[in-house]
Amino acid sequence: MADPMKIRANLVGDSTEVKVLMNHEMETGQRKDAQGAIIPAWFIQSVTVTYGGKTVLAAQWGPAVAKNPFLSFKFKGGAKGEKVTITWVDNRGDKRTDEATIA
Amino acid sequence: MNPRRRAILKTGSGATLLSLLGGAGLLAPGAAQAQTWNKAAFDTHNLAETMKALGGGDPVQSKDIVFFQTPDIAENGAVVPVGVSSNIPKTESIAILIEKNPNMLAATFDIPAGTDPSISTRVKMGQSSNIVALVKADGKYYVAAKEVKVTLGGCGG
Repeated sequence: MADPMKIRANLVGDSTEVKVLMNHEMETGQRKDAQGAIIPAWFIQSVTVTYGGKTVLAAQWGPAVAKNPFLSFKFKGGAKGEKVTITWVDNRGDKRTDEATIA
Repeated sequence: MNPRRRAILKTGSGATLLSLLGGAGLLAPGAAQAQTWNKAAFDTHNLAETMKALGGGDPVQSKDIVFFQTPDIAENGAVVPVGVSSNIPKTESIAILIEKNPNMLAATFDIPAGTDPSISTRVKMGQSSNIVALVKADGKYYVAAKEVKVTLGGCGG
């Protein structure tokens, strides 16, 4: 199981600002190891952010997203104490879901 | 060097190439779409294949797409911050493409109503290249590009 994400969700005016730092190798499949063998690609393919049962952001990523991906965006609404849930799925089928409380 | 890619680059301007990238499959909104990874689009290794995978479209150059937090010169190609903000009403999705990466498409973001059409992330760049933002708004496609110079590549081995 992958390491947890670091999520910050802050209420700014009438919007919630979400900042996420995920722990993932994001191996491109382009690099070679010391023996010259290609290191297989391993990267997050989809990211879904939900609030109150509604999807507020859905992303699809390729291996060109940097290692330990960072993502930041804002959505309208949100209330202090409510939870934002983020799920990612990588190309090996690994999943990780974390949630953060809006502050 | 792929001769086919060279030929294509010669025949069209950036805008025409992008017009072919704005295919319906890439940026279709909706939760169902978000769950299915668009392998065909992400798996392409040169522009010709990417265009084939995505189909047609006719994006317009737009000054309402703004890059923020994006450097002119990136010291480390492995971590290049990119922020894209769209001032176009009814923005449905934003895609980030890096022209000279082995796989051009880096990321797509579906923006549901109520979410600000402004996202920020970090990407890898193999070499100095144009970063292209493709925005779908109200069923139409818009593009903008920004050149980023890379001192140290992030996709080599």
